[in-house]
Amino acid sequence: MEKGMNLKLKIWRQKNTNEQGKIVEYPVSNVSPDMSFLEMIDVLNDSLVAKGEEPVAFDHDCREGICGMCSMFINGEAHGPNRGVTTCQLHMRSFKEGETIYIEPWRSEAFPVIKDLMVDRGAFDRIQQAGGFVSVNTSGRTLDANAIPIPKEDADKAFDAATCIGCGACAATCPNGSAMLFVAAKVSQFALLPQGQVERKERVLNMVKQMDEEGFGNCSNIGACEVQCPKNISIEVIARMNREYLMANVKPEN
Amino acid sequence: MAKGLFGSSLMKKFWMALTGIFLITFLVVHCLINAMIFFDDGGMTFNKWAHFMGTNLIIRTMEIVLFLGLILHIVDGLMLYFQNRRARPVKYAYEKASASSTWYSRSMALLGTLILLFLILHLYHFWLKTRITGLTVEPSHIFFDGHRYEDLFSEMKFVFKHLWVVIVYVLGCISLFWHLLHGFRSAFQSLGFNYTKYKSTIAFMGDAFSVIIPSIFAAMPVALYTGWIQ
Repeated sequence: MEKGMNLKLKIWRQKNTNEQGKIVEYPVSNVSPDMSFLEMIDVLNDSLVAKGEEPVAFDHDCREGICGMCSMFINGEAHGPNRGVTTCQLHMRSFKEGETIYIEPWRSEAFPVIKDLMVDRGAFDRIQQAGGFVSVNTSGRTLDANAIPIPKEDADKAFDAATCIGCGACAATCPNGSAMLFVAAKVSQFALLPQGQVERKERVLNMVKQMDEEGFGNCSNIGACEVQCPKNISIEVIARMNREYLMANVKPEN
Repeated sequence: MAKGLFGSSLMKKFWMALTGIFLITFLVVHCLINAMIFFDDGGMTFNKWAHFMGTNLIIRTMEIVLFLGLILHIVDGLMLYFQNRRARPVKYAYEKASASSTWYSRSMALLGTLILLFLILHLYHFWLKTRITGLTVEPSHIFFDGHRYEDLFSEMKFVFKHLWVVIVYVLGCISLFWHLLHGFRSAFQSLGFNYTKYKSTIAFMGDAFSVIIPSIFAAMPVALYTGWIQ
C-alpha cells in the first residue's frame, strides 16, 4: 500500500470567545491525497481523542460545497489555495508532502471566535434580516414565478448573485475586513428581479446600515474578495449595490 | 446632515471617488500648463500661462475648491483607514495577500501619505512663493510685450538645481503613479460604473493616465536639472 502524506499543521486553538488563543503545532501522518481537507482534520481529531486531548472544533455541514458552513483560513487564504471551492471541496492533493499548513479562523471584528476555528457569523444573519428578503403572498392562489417574464440576462445575473452561500470568505479575505461582496450579492439578486422591486430601496439602505453597525470595514475595491469567493461572485455586484444605494438616497421613494 | 452625507460606509466611498476624480482633473490642467516649459523658449509660454492661472478669478476660486477637495480626500481616507483597521483587531498569523490582490491597491493610505509629504515640499517650493512670500530668484519679474510677468520658470530652474530635490520629486511622481493605478479605476467602481461593456475601457484609460501624467511631471525636474531645457 502506498504510504500517505506527512504534514505539519499549525492550528489556532482558542477555548472560547473571551480567552486568548494561540497557534498549536500538530504533526499528521498517513494522510491520503484523495482526502478532503475536512477529512484530514477528522483524522487529526481521531488521534487527539485517542490521546485524550480536546479535538479541534470547526464548522462544517454538507461537505459538498453548497452550505457555506466550512470557514477555514488555510495557508493565508480563505478556503485554501484553490479557486471557486469551499474548504470541504479542497483535497489534500493540493498540498505537498511535508508541507506546513497554517489553519486559522476567519478574522473579523464582526465574527467573534466561538471556539478554535469556529466563528459566529450571526452578523450575516442580521444583515439578511434587515432586508435580504422579498415579501410574497403565500396564501390562496399564488403567482407562479415562472409566469413572470424576466430578461434572460437579468435572470442569469440574479442567479450568479444568488449563488452566494454566505460563508464569509469575502469579509475574512478583505484587507479592510469589508463584507460588501456578501451584502452586494444579496442586494443584487433581488434588485434584478421583479419580485424584489417593492422593497428595493429600503432593502439596500437597511442592509448597508446593518452592515456598518456590525463593524465590518469599508470597501476600497481591492478585489481580493472576488478572487477568494468560493462561488466566484464578481465585484460587479458591489458596483450595483453602489448604484442602488446612490439612487435610494437621491430618490428615496419607489 | 453631516451624518447622512458621511455617516455610512458607502457615502465615504462616494466622497473618496468624487474628490479623487476631481483631483485627477486638476492633475490634467496642472500637467498641461507645466508642460509648456518643454517649448524650450526660455519659459515665455509657461510664464504667460502661470500668470493667467495666478490672476484669473475663476481659477483662483477653483484653487480654494481644490484645497477643500484635497482636505476632504485626506480626511475621508484617514477615516476609512482607521475604521478598516478596527474591522480586523486580530491579525492572521499567516496571510497570503499577494495571492488575491496587488500590493498597491492595499497600500493606498501609505502611497497617499508619501504623496502628501511630497506635496508639503512642493507647496513650499512654489505655491508659498508665488502666492505669499514672493519668488526667491532675482529679478523676480520679467517683461514681454509690455507686460510684467512673474518669472516662475527661473524659479523652477533655481529649485531643481539640487539633486536631492529632483530625486524627491521623481519619488513623489512614482508614488502618484501607483496611487493612480488603483485609484483611477477604483473611483469608477465606487460610483457604480462597472459593466462588462466599458470595464476594459476604464481600466485602459486608468493605466494610461497613471503612466502618462506622472511621467510628464517627473520629466520636468529631470529636464531642468540636466539642462535638457534651458
